[in-house]
Amino acid sequence: MSERKNDGPTPMERFLGGLIPENPVYRQILGICPSLAVTNTMEGALTMGVAALFVLLCSNILISLIRPLLKPHLRILVFTLTIATFVTIADRVLAAYLYDMSKQLGPYIPLIIVNCVIIARCEICASKQRVFTAAADALGQGLGFTLGLMTIATVREILGFGTWFGKWLGWRVIPATAPAHWSNWVIMILPPGAFLTLGLLLGVFNALTAKKEKAA
Amino acid sequence: MNYLVSVLLLAISTALINNMVFHYFVGNCPFIGVSRRVDTAFGMGAAVTFVVTIAAALSWIMTYFVLAPGAPLTAAVLRLVRPGSTAVADLSILNYIVYIFVIAWAVQLVEMYVRKFFPPLYKSFGVFLPLITTNCVILFTCLEIMKHVPVAGAPVAEPWGLDRALIFAFFAGIGFLIAIVLMAGIREELEHCDVPAPLRGPGITMIIAGILALAFLGFTGMDTTLARRLAPKPPPASAETAARPAP
Repeated sequence: MSERKNDGPTPMERFLGGLIPENPVYRQILGICPSLAVTNTMEGALTMGVAALFVLLCSNILISLIRPLLKPHLRILVFTLTIATFVTIADRVLAAYLYDMSKQLGPYIPLIIVNCVIIARCEICASKQRVFTAAADALGQGLGFTLGLMTIATVREILGFGTWFGKWLGWRVIPATAPAHWSNWVIMILPPGAFLTLGLLLGVFNALTAKKEKAA
Repeated sequence: MNYLVSVLLLAISTALINNMVFHYFVGNCPFIGVSRRVDTAFGMGAAVTFVVTIAAALSWIMTYFVLAPGAPLTAAVLRLVRPGSTAVADLSILNYIVYIFVIAWAVQLVEMYVRKFFPPLYKSFGVFLPLITTNCVILFTCLEIMKHVPVAGAPVAEPWGLDRALIFAFFAGIGFLIAIVLMAGIREELEHCDVPAPLRGPGITMIIAGILALAFLGFTGMDTTLARRLAPKPPPASAETAARPAP
């Protein structure tokens, strides 16, 4: 784990890069499991995004601090155990303050441990960079992940329930007195809707990127 | 209910109705990443089935004897350290860390064992075995089993013994195997198709997975129907036994 001072992107570039150009959900296709499982409501998506952001930030900082001590053959195990510790903290905090949400997310909060986004960031960035750089990278990737989850959840919740943040804020996007030919697309809340939405959004995202590259 | 019938119902509901990939969305990374060819997909599925069964057994044993509130081993240690203490030994806060450790250990163990004793099998599993440590299917199965381990202190809704946990884990692996092999079969054909450029790769795979998930929705309710069909009909059976002359 050699020290690298002046190569690679700056902290600011890393932070901005995580948001859209290297978005974990749409560009790197990592962390698919939560982005399908918890995105039938905005509340679930936001909670999962914030929990993952917290775990990613804390474990990136810690890994970056202990990087001189890491042994190459044990590093993945160290990453996983560090992440598991922070996930336990996040899980207990959620169970204490947002009990209903914790019940709804169920096993998907502990499954953050094996979320590829976090292990990938520990491996690519935190184990090689200084603390500030690692924290900026974690913030960018975490926010990008949250953004990815929330775009999927927006499509699914509006089409499935006709609401946006229905449980917390109660905003109706499609009025309750909608024309008779509109009915909630139940399939969007069920598992198939998750796969279809993510697949089509990936297509849209790729098409937009290709257009932008052609224009540039 | 008859033991064999309940095992059959658990197997069907785990492998088909609540399929790991299409219902719980776990194991999606290998499902997208390693489903280009049928033979590698089958290798991945078999390796997962193998490891998940072993990891499930280990995690059930750890939960029952060490981690759960009032677990016998922890309680015994507590009595040794603090004789006369009335506190309930509860290590459940360590659940996730212990599970991930158990999984990593099980993967290492399986890898060494297979390499030593079944070299051809090791060659076919090869690269997949170390990858499995971070496969969500394994951790998800351990977490599901955690909810069902019978605890002395707090009774659970549907307690599973070690046998039930093993059956659940094995069929969770089989469900994953079915899903990934199906997907690989479709993707082999897909190579000859003209997919719109933005959807190529993961995009079209997701959409196909969505259609497959729609198909798997069709299994919903199969277990309750089967349970009704297979359940013994009490009134005629009792009448028959009553009518039978005693030997």
